Amino acid sequence: MTLSITGLTVTIGDKKILRGVDLDLQEGRVHGLAGESGSGKTMTGLAVLGLLPHGARTGGAIRLGERDLLKLPLKELNQVRGGEVAMVFQDPATSLHPMLSIGRQLTEHMRHHLGLGKREARARAIELLGKVRIPGAAEAYDRYPHQFSGGMRQRIAIAIALACSPKVLIADEPTTALDVTVQAGVLRLLRGLCDDLGLAVLLVTHDLGVMSAVADEVSVMKDGLVVETGERAQVLREPAHPYTRSLLDSLPGESA
Amino acid sequence: MTLEIKDLVVEHRSPGRPIVRAVAGASLTVSPGEVVGLVGESGCGKSTLARAVCGLNPVTEGSITFDGRQVTPLGLRRRQLTGIQMVFQDPYSSLNPRRRVGDQIADGLRTAGDTATKPADLLERVGLPRDFAGRHPHEFSGGQRQRIAIARALAARPSMLIGDEPISALDASAQAQVARLMRDLAVESGAGLLFISHDLSVVRLIADRIAVMYLGKIVEVGRTAEVWADPQHPYTRALLGAIPQPDGLGVLPAELAGDVPDPADPPAGCRFNPRCPQVMDVCRDKEPDFGPVACWLHQPG
Repeated sequence: MTLSITGLTVTIGDKKILRGVDLDLQEGRVHGLAGESGSGKTMTGLAVLGLLPHGARTGGAIRLGERDLLKLPLKELNQVRGGEVAMVFQDPATSLHPMLSIGRQLTEHMRHHLGLGKREARARAIELLGKVRIPGAAEAYDRYPHQFSGGMRQRIAIAIALACSPKVLIADEPTTALDVTVQAGVLRLLRGLCDDLGLAVLLVTHDLGVMSAVADEVSVMKDGLVVETGERAQVLREPAHPYTRSLLDSLPGESA
Repeated sequence: MTLEIKDLVVEHRSPGRPIVRAVAGASLTVSPGEVVGLVGESGCGKSTLARAVCGLNPVTEGSITFDGRQVTPLGLRRRQLTGIQMVFQDPYSSLNPRRRVGDQIADGLRTAGDTATKPADLLERVGLPRDFAGRHPHEFSGGQRQRIAIARALAARPSMLIGDEPISALDASAQAQVARLMRDLAVESGAGLLFISHDLSVVRLIADRIAVMYLGKIVEVGRTAEVWADPQHPYTRALLGAIPQPDGLGVLPAELAGDVPDPADPPAGCRFNPRCPQVMDVCRDKEPDFGPVACWLHQPG
């Protein structure tokens, strides 16, 4: 078990955002987290990285190996995030810095976390760009985000997340801002990386189609609680919880 | 009150760069009370087409007529043609942050010369409480703002409503709601609706007809159910094939190879030929300029 979240609660003000979330991520498996907006999917992802908004109080535990990420001092947490746990955000247009070159953004945390020299970092960055299938990786290194299309930018964001060989990747709606044709490519890439590198991926998405395409296990959230967890085929074909059923029924299907 | 777009060409000129033909000969008709969904990948010219219809982009060639009258470029002077109203993509930037939403809706009512309706009535129609009229845009969520933008567009009594990606800035759960609301309000008032989106599942939900656009051209037009059940053009097939199905089988969607070519330098012949899985010799030489399916595989006659 690479990362296990037990009884996670998040309270902001007097509002309970998460009311006891349990999730287990395993190596080489994609764990999908579904639910409507406001159900706490994104908050769960952010809590793992300690990126919750100011004044948020947490309870429960997020275990990565021996450590509880919620109780780590900031200095040690900074070692973990970006290094062992990485994140890919929804909108690649805003998650990349518009005024820094791709290379700079790819190597900055590598040099910090892995202590690489400039030349080694560059070589690794180019290798990563190749891995996420950016054409002309060596030239792309010196370019800026606006010179890439949306799908390419999201691939670059994935490359940045993978730079320090993380064990856990949290992808928050990684394909929502993309066209369907581009989405297909990014999903294939994510699945491939998960299989090749043995990453544990937490895929947060509202799109049950995306979920069905790449996730091994699926958890469904509602009002800050996980209402159903199980194998993909079981949750999507024979949902046990009425809420999961209503989500599936609300899709514009053949019958509708 | 039919909107007719005929062989429309729109070019973007910027100094020091080659001329970009964002729309390269597109034809489309929207009848009153009809909902037409315009879909395509980003950068294919959907938004440019919408802006041209509203007179926000100068037309290079071809014509846009509404109710038999030419659509003229929008100037600073008061406009004669208020029958076409647009709902923009981003409700965070399309509403004036310094004015009360009621006053912004009242602008639309004044344009239509409507003295009987109150802004609050329109807010009610889009499903918001009446007393919101006195508030400012920052007090609302994205979905609520887009509803206000729709109310403002409806206030001018349009007979043609254009939605330029009106739902893409919204949360996933608000998307279908707002899209349905636009459809219901347009159809109710007998106006046509041109709904532009890259989200096929939402277009399928609300459109009577679908037009598929690729690199400035409309490649397929047809009734929504027919296009969905039996897509003809290879591009439409690729587009629909890329949508992952929630069947729990773990099938990765098919990927369409390559990127959208640069519209400043489109490929010779059929614009889809470098990415087309069924490409033939004729596709590389001659552009298919017929409809409803602009593909040499589906040549009429």
